[in-house]
Amino acid sequence: MNIRYFAWVRERVGVEEETIELPASIATVADLITHLKTLDDNHAAAFEEEDAIRVALDQMHVETDAALGDAREVAFFPPMTGG
Amino acid sequence: MPVTPLVRVQSEDFDLQAESLRLTQGRRDVGALVTFTGLCRDEAGTLAALELEHYPGMAEAELTRLAEEAVARWPLTGLTVIHRFGKIVPGHNIVLVIAASSHRRAAFEAADFLMDYLKTRAPFWKKEHPAEGGSGAWVEAKTADDKDAARWT
Repeated sequence: MNIRYFAWVRERVGVEEETIELPASIATVADLITHLKTLDDNHAAAFEEEDAIRVALDQMHVETDAALGDAREVAFFPPMTGG
Repeated sequence: MPVTPLVRVQSEDFDLQAESLRLTQGRRDVGALVTFTGLCRDEAGTLAALELEHYPGMAEAELTRLAEEAVARWPLTGLTVIHRFGKIVPGHNIVLVIAASSHRRAAFEAADFLMDYLKTRAPFWKKEHPAEGGSGAWVEAKTADDKDAARWT
């Protein structure tokens, strides 16, 4: 699965984008976050404030209980500050 | 049949006059044109520039979803949303919303709705570059913006 990061989430993870093979046990966005936190210190730091993270699946906003399903791309980012 | 909104995400500046004309020229049914321009301000001299990061693809898609919601909700004759990305210095434009309608109420409300929703849902993030130099800080989302957006639900 292709994973993209933006703003301070991107800075903390240290990459804009990465492709990760998902263990079969991962069904939801929340499962994925739990998995990503175990990868290394950077990921753990990025997802430390889990409540502050917003998620998009295939470029649509979703909540963390959303099923990953057939999504090709998941993105993690802070609350938006455009306008 | 609702109109098709014009949505653009771009690094270059926009021309308010040209964009306004696009919604009125050659028409006789437009009675109200509401324009909102958001600019970068210098925060009392402390800010050198804003860096606008965006999610290419989703930024356009989400702005289009919000604009389509607006044209479904209000009887508009035209709607334009332009959001810039990249480095923007104080005094320069960030965002433009233009709502055209036969009557003012729809145009005012649609523009207000779009700005409220755009601030909380469009994938853009601002980083502040301080005037005194050094590394910038990400602008934090405001609770007030969530409350503003909740007015329309």
